[in-house]
Amino acid sequence: MVNLTIDGKQISVQENTTIMEAAAQNGIPIPKLCYLKGINEIAACRVCVVELEGKEKLITSCNNVAEEGMVIFTNSPKVRRHRRNTVELILSQHDCLCVTCTRSGNCSLQTVANDLDILEIPFKQELEHQAWNREFPLIRESTKCIKCMRCIQVCDKVQGLNIWDLEGTGSRTTVNVSAHKTIEESACSLCGQCITHCPVGALHERSDTGKVWKAIADPDKIVVAQVAPAVRAAWGEYLGLAQEEATIGKILDSLKRMGVDYVFDTCFSADLTIMEEGTEFVKRFTSGELKDRPMFTSCCPGWVRFIKSQFPHLVRYLSSAKSPQQMFGAVMKTYFAQKLGVDPEKIFTISVMPCVAKKAEREMELFYEEYAGHDVDVVITTRELVRMIRSAHIRPDTLVDIESDRPMQEGTGAGVIFGATGGVMEAALRSAYFLIKGENPPADAFKAVRAQGFNENNGVQEANFQVDDITVRTAVVSGLGNTRALLNKIEKGEAHYDFVEVMACPGGCVGGGGQPIHDGEELAFERGKNLYYLDEHADIRYSHENPDIDLLYKEFFGEPNGHKAHMLLHSDHLDDLANGR
Amino acid sequence: MCIYIGENLTKEGMIRMSRLELDSPKKARIVMEELYKDLERRIESSPPGLCPVDMSRAFLELCHAQTCGKCVPCRIGLGQLNHFIKDVLDGKATMETLEVMEQTALSIMESADCAIGYEAANMVYKGLIGYRDDYIEHIEHGRCTCTYSQPVPCVSLCPAHVDIPGYVALVGEGRYADAIRLIRKDNPFPTTCGFICEHPCEARCRRNMMDDAVNIRGLKRVAADFAGEVDPPASAPSTGKRVAVLGGGPGGLSAAYYLQLMGHQTTVYEMLPKLGGMLRYGIPNYRLPKDRLEDYVNAILKTGVEVKHGLKIGPDITIQQLQKEYDAVLITIGASTDKKLGLEGENAEGIFSAVQFLRNVGKNIIMDLTGKEVAVIGGGNVTMDAVRTAKRLGAKKVSVVYRRRIADMTALPSEIEGAIAEGIEVQTLKAPSSLDIDENNHVKGIYVSPQMISAIRDGRASIRPTGEEDIYISCDILVVAIGQNIETKHFEDAGIPVNRGKIVTKSNGAIENLPGVFAGGDCASGPASVIKAIAAAKVAAANIDEYLGYHHEISCDVEIPEARLDDRTPCGRVNLTEREACERVKDWDGCENCMTEREAKQEASRCLRCDHFGYGIFKGGREKLW
Repeated sequence: MVNLTIDGKQISVQENTTIMEAAAQNGIPIPKLCYLKGINEIAACRVCVVELEGKEKLITSCNNVAEEGMVIFTNSPKVRRHRRNTVELILSQHDCLCVTCTRSGNCSLQTVANDLDILEIPFKQELEHQAWNREFPLIRESTKCIKCMRCIQVCDKVQGLNIWDLEGTGSRTTVNVSAHKTIEESACSLCGQCITHCPVGALHERSDTGKVWKAIADPDKIVVAQVAPAVRAAWGEYLGLAQEEATIGKILDSLKRMGVDYVFDTCFSADLTIMEEGTEFVKRFTSGELKDRPMFTSCCPGWVRFIKSQFPHLVRYLSSAKSPQQMFGAVMKTYFAQKLGVDPEKIFTISVMPCVAKKAEREMELFYEEYAGHDVDVVITTRELVRMIRSAHIRPDTLVDIESDRPMQEGTGAGVIFGATGGVMEAALRSAYFLIKGENPPADAFKAVRAQGFNENNGVQEANFQVDDITVRTAVVSGLGNTRALLNKIEKGEAHYDFVEVMACPGGCVGGGGQPIHDGEELAFERGKNLYYLDEHADIRYSHENPDIDLLYKEFFGEPNGHKAHMLLHSDHLDDLANGR
Repeated sequence: MCIYIGENLTKEGMIRMSRLELDSPKKARIVMEELYKDLERRIESSPPGLCPVDMSRAFLELCHAQTCGKCVPCRIGLGQLNHFIKDVLDGKATMETLEVMEQTALSIMESADCAIGYEAANMVYKGLIGYRDDYIEHIEHGRCTCTYSQPVPCVSLCPAHVDIPGYVALVGEGRYADAIRLIRKDNPFPTTCGFICEHPCEARCRRNMMDDAVNIRGLKRVAADFAGEVDPPASAPSTGKRVAVLGGGPGGLSAAYYLQLMGHQTTVYEMLPKLGGMLRYGIPNYRLPKDRLEDYVNAILKTGVEVKHGLKIGPDITIQQLQKEYDAVLITIGASTDKKLGLEGENAEGIFSAVQFLRNVGKNIIMDLTGKEVAVIGGGNVTMDAVRTAKRLGAKKVSVVYRRRIADMTALPSEIEGAIAEGIEVQTLKAPSSLDIDENNHVKGIYVSPQMISAIRDGRASIRPTGEEDIYISCDILVVAIGQNIETKHFEDAGIPVNRGKIVTKSNGAIENLPGVFAGGDCASGPASVIKAIAAAKVAAANIDEYLGYHHEISCDVEIPEARLDDRTPCGRVNLTEREACERVKDWDGCENCMTEREAKQEASRCLRCDHFGYGIFKGGREKLW
């Protein structure tokens, strides 16, 4: 233990504890901006400076460890004076038009400035204006960037894609897309982790709420929405709803109250994905096609973008099944349009996703007999959903649980867990077992693929399962940095699997780039627990037992991987790649 | 009021100036002088990779502040140029701006009255030509292609990228053996470098911005002197692969060391009786005591490296044979032949190449030069080694004969000073013109043509004859130290590409079209420094490892002390002292004294820990393995 004094309080902390952590453990919060534990401990913003007795120069508390006998002041006149000056300097290069900022009320800079009671900025305002394609799903506001470097570090250290970097030197040093590329030219996966780790509003998704409102206002459009599994685990966070209050039923209610005509739960099409992908896996596995390389899941568009740019030669091992979002869109514009007896052109499909990459996925080219256009017309993130609820002046406490509309009403527990890392694998294995054996495994038979904690074991869970004399070797990985490491192992022959689930965001979709932001907190694991709770208490826990899926095949698709399913529910990634998509 | 009109007051009551006065500098000027010095040191330690356009702007602002204000081109023109540069940086310029800038700069250069104006414009003009691409990038894409490439100056400037802040901190804590372990991760010759490294690491030490560079080499010497024997780390399990290394100099031995640590059985082929190459046979004992070198060679051999002495590549064993026998071959034969003067009679008795002269001493073939006169031609470090060696061999008079000035010599200033202190004569601005050989085919002297320093070409002052008559310098021994060459004949015959006397390799050290054959060190780079040879050895070892199908990592688990949080206050640099010149010339013992522990602690505390403070903590602060 190390003994030191902070603000007159004698404390002891473990060795190698930073001054900031030592203070926090003892009820003394030190303001900070650039610091992100384990990822960005670079002492750049200088907001967390403290005074070390006997020293002229202030020291940063984020990256210096507590030493025996230190006497620290976190709030001395000198600290207050310099910290305030530093924040004023940051503000002089920050567009302080908070009222139009997506992060107003959830901005670390705003909080620090307000806490320091800064009411005017003595410096000349100097905003940096960089050109940006506003049509791209990821938007960077150069006027708001405070150069904390977190985006660079998250992309380098967590996602391993190095999309961001410093550019220029001297006073003009700034953050931009690395290697002098534009964001469109870059290999950005659109995972959105830079957005959720930005302390201010410098990074955000392209707002598509206007398109939703426009469709709702259009009397000729039948607006049909789907809500992804992970959204239910997080949407209430911004609205002051406790986790047990923030149900999927209330999201559906809010959408209806905003004017959406039909509302659905993406768990339905998650089950559909399992039918297609599970069948595909059993086929490819039993045919010996997976001897050298495993089949990879394809429902995460961040991952699909990643494999296409980073491991193009492995693209042919991706499942050809579309993601639940795309499948649902296809079903809405075909089966559901027929049910309603309307032209597919009249159907306007919206999806609410925890994800930024889904905004790009909806633009995917269609190949077969799909409705000529797009499966999905607009994608909004969980954050945009919350902004829409707020702009519709809906009081969250007045929302009630309603059911999804028919006939795609039912979603199983297997579909719900799609939102957490390991969920797709677990759901697929439940049904693959059934396909092979003709009987159900215990619902929790494949629990071993679940994460044990946030980024535990470098985001990888490996498990082998025995079905009679067959061993199925599986791995689940989340986070693209972890994914790259796993793929390198597979390529070097150091690891062998039959089936691998990949999610771009650490912890899976619950930790997605479109989810509510809580600076400095990683909530994916906690949110994931909620989904596993919902699965445990679901009436049906096997995708193949979903009666509405059963009906869909009977009435429309015939059988999984059948001709019609192939035409509507699968895509050709290799063709995509060949055409530079 | 009564006005007294005395000798100091005019009728109007003004104070009359004396006819002449002594300047007494005002406080502001004293401070300014200090700031000029600060700025000089700051520019010296400026990190490379800065945006040249932005730096042009900064320089120009400084130049503009120097204008006296008399003449139009300088007073107004420099300011206008500055506006244009700012437009470029702000993305508001077009290609036309460049044209106008060029014209304006030219106009100022050709019309300004004094150097303040025309030299300032010349700086801008040079940039417009020299880094036009950067201007264009800013104009066309509004982006700068520059980024910091030097987070920790000393580490980046060390060719072998030794963890300098790490070992300096360890020395500061008295953990000398740990310091040696950490250095060895990147450099298996800590002692050698502690004695003789050219220390490029110190050139841009950020401490320069405060007072003076940290004495990095000196602190390495401290680690080496105080650590005692430190065993090398354990080797990785044997891979069963075998590697031949041709040449047992610092490059070859370093590569052998790392390859052996990676588990590949390595055999060093050395034509001379002992290992060490130039360290043993080139560098005199008084600079690098051979027993100290021996310690480190032994540490390298402890890893299991095998040695075959006495075989010369070509006559005794061929590359083809080695290729068959080994899984990989590394050529590190160094540069061990001399350049010739090209004068008639150069093969006469008493004329030696520096390599030969020094190698004899290294082999303990001691010539008695008592009462003799020795002249050494050249101005590099080898020249200084030769003259100081000649002095120790008893020569009556030893002279350096050099074409240019002392300031133009490539030898380290400390070597030149050391030589002069030991009574060496330095004859500058003398170019050899012919040799005087006696009837016994023995050298008697050399004629040299007096030169005068002249125009600066490619950044270096050139010389031209003064037209005076040649001068005669008599000598019994003449040593030629004007550079070294590489014995490439056999390699060329074996199909290894050679260009301008150097073996041509790819950037990974591999040789095109000869799978498994690599080269590095002086034989590939041309004569360079020990640390560069070691750096090349690291590159070769890593790539040979990859070539053999492995990816071994070289790391060091020594825990590096946390950076101290003390205020850094200005403090003088501890320089190493030398033994008295009159004493040291009498023996071959080391000249330089090590620091005391107390001095070392203070010197180590001067390190600003750029690995922790500044950019280093963000990017590139520490490579823990390679």
